[in-house]
Amino acid sequence: MADPMRIRAQVAGDKATVRVLMAHEMESGQRKDSAGNLVPAWFISEITATHNGKAVMTAEWGPAVSKNPFLQFTVKGAKAGDKIGVSWKDNKGDTRTDEATVS
Amino acid sequence: MPTRRETLKRSALVAGLLAATGLFPQYAFAFNKAAFEAKNLADVMKALGASAPTESKEVAIGGPDIAENGAVVPLTTSTTLAGVKHLLILVEKNPSVLVAQFNVTDAVDANFATRSKMGQSSDVYAVAIMADGKSFFAKKEVKVTLGGCGG
Repeated sequence: MADPMRIRAQVAGDKATVRVLMAHEMESGQRKDSAGNLVPAWFISEITATHNGKAVMTAEWGPAVSKNPFLQFTVKGAKAGDKIGVSWKDNKGDTRTDEATVS
Repeated sequence: MPTRRETLKRSALVAGLLAATGLFPQYAFAFNKAAFEAKNLADVMKALGASAPTESKEVAIGGPDIAENGAVVPLTTSTTLAGVKHLLILVEKNPSVLVAQFNVTDAVDANFATRSKMGQSSDVYAVAIMADGKSFFAKKEVKVTLGGCGG
């Protein structure tokens, strides 16, 4: 199981800005190890964000997203106390879901 | 001198052949693999079933003019167009150009930020794909002093 995500969701007017830091290696599949073998790609490929349990955004990523990825998006109509959930799935099938409260 | 159309057709053919040999699909991707393995903008658009994009002032790409570390280049994309379905971030000179695809719904703003790896100085693109299949792009040049793709 991967390390937890850090999620911050802050209200700005009638919207909430959500910032997510995920802990993931994000191997590009281009890098070689000390023996000269290609390190296989390992990256987060699917992201789903929910607002009070309802999916509001999905994203698909390639291996070119940086290590320990950062994601920022804005949820319309979110109020303080609402729950924002983010889950990801990587290309090895690992998943992780975390939740934060809008403040 | 082959025309652009012929070149595209050929690269699609080669990609198909490679896929058939089973050489590079080590993992079962649930997402659109062809799009993420495409080597240029035109192939990405084709893999996603969208038309060739036109430049638009209503799509915005944000990033540094000079990135000191190519492993972490902050990029933002946004659009003011109504009815946008997907927002893409592409780095033209990366081994695979498509970095991220955001699927926009009514509940979120068409405004995303993330961080990307860049192998070398290159143009970065934001592409907005509309519900009707039309697409618009914006581009920006980012100079990289230290590449982030190799080892």
